[in-house]
Amino acid sequence: MSEKLKKVEKEPMFSSKVLKLLKNPFNLENPITVQVLGICSALAVTVQMKPAIVMALSVTIVTAFSNLIISSLRNTIPSRIRIIVQLVVVAALVIIVDQILKAYVYDVSKKLSVFVGLIITNCILMGRLEAYAMGNKPWPSFVDGFGNGLGYGLILVIVAFFRESLGSGKILGAKIIPQFMYDIGYMDNGLMILPPMALITIGIIIWVQRSKTPELQEK
Amino acid sequence: MQHSNKYILGYSIIMVVIVAVSLTIIAVQLKPRQDENIRIEKMQNILSSVNIAVAEIPKNEIGTLYKKYIVSAVAVNNKGEDKITDPAQVFKIELVNELKKPGEEQMLPVFIAKLDNGDTAYVLPLRGKGLWGPVWGYISLKGDFNTVYGVMFDHKGETPGLGAEIGQDFFVNPFKGKTIFGKDGKFTSIQIIKGGAADDNPHGVDAISGGTITSKGVEKMIFDNLGSYQAYLQSHKNH
Repeated sequence: MSEKLKKVEKEPMFSSKVLKLLKNPFNLENPITVQVLGICSALAVTVQMKPAIVMALSVTIVTAFSNLIISSLRNTIPSRIRIIVQLVVVAALVIIVDQILKAYVYDVSKKLSVFVGLIITNCILMGRLEAYAMGNKPWPSFVDGFGNGLGYGLILVIVAFFRESLGSGKILGAKIIPQFMYDIGYMDNGLMILPPMALITIGIIIWVQRSKTPELQEK
Repeated sequence: MQHSNKYILGYSIIMVVIVAVSLTIIAVQLKPRQDENIRIEKMQNILSSVNIAVAEIPKNEIGTLYKKYIVSAVAVNNKGEDKITDPAQVFKIELVNELKKPGEEQMLPVFIAKLDNGDTAYVLPLRGKGLWGPVWGYISLKGDFNTVYGVMFDHKGETPGLGAEIGQDFFVNPFKGKTIFGKDGKFTSIQIIKGGAADDNPHGVDAISGGTITSKGVEKMIFDNLGSYQAYLQSHKNH
């Protein structure tokens, strides 16, 4: 017993196991493209890069800290009300993030509107809490939440990049299509701004990812 | 592990108290900043209705700009009588709350702007319903209380690319120069016409394709809100 304890204490902060937790959500266990979670917000907030980045950061902060808190409390939480406890922690964090956004980046918080509040119902969060934080130590749980938040954010930013550049000819609000292109008849693709194109963009990302990673191909 | 009911009850009570206290502290701490953001946004909206490009102006200069252009403000009732003449108080009036009151008790704000070219414009707030939620805005009238000087519209959650376009220049600009009273002096408001307004129509502008319900909502909003100001507008127009 004491030997086992020592061994655990010796484990470095960034052991290969912990690093894997951080890396996996980017590819093999990506919450959006592999687990197909959190799609609703991915469709809604990816019209422009700026809200997408803010949303990605918000979700990362909430997943990381809710994992950390729930994991620290995991031995005290009565199993009969564990979902309620998880929801209260997540909801409290989301409200804090929402209030901070309203105070410091008001225009972005207006664009994100209800979607910040809807982080509470984001399946990624409850999924990570139930599947990981309830059964693991605080530090790996924190990394797991952080990694999953970033994995979600990565897809959000990629989708937003294509939607903003093709849909409005801008990146982060700055024009990237020179005026003479418009003069000779180039037009922004208005369809890219609508939610269906976000779904199709995510579909294309899933397709590219699957064809490049043999582990994900179903036989 | 099974916990006793007592433990569960105690656990939930402590959890809820901790969460409630920390959320309250955070909300109270951030409230002044949030209110300031809302105040600045209102000033931006009023200024942009008198065709001042506020988007490029840094937020901390909006206050000075507002003081420079908006020289005074009054609140009138639906008979056109001045009720409140203190501009600071008028600024605090929320049109949403006023519209819930019966007609004769409503305090309707009028912001008076002195423009660079020496003209005076009168800014009236608007509030109505779009397809998914509220739409609002400001309309400014020239000194004849008839010709539109400029408008600005915003919305809570209209469809992006369709109804949400009411804030865009292509929709807003045609309002300039339209009149809200007919040649005979009757109140006509402004019609938003599906399929496009005729070029010589003094009271009509083009609707947004695919945003019919939002367009109709904006039209009704202008009609209803200016309707409440009718007495005020009529009495000043004839001077």
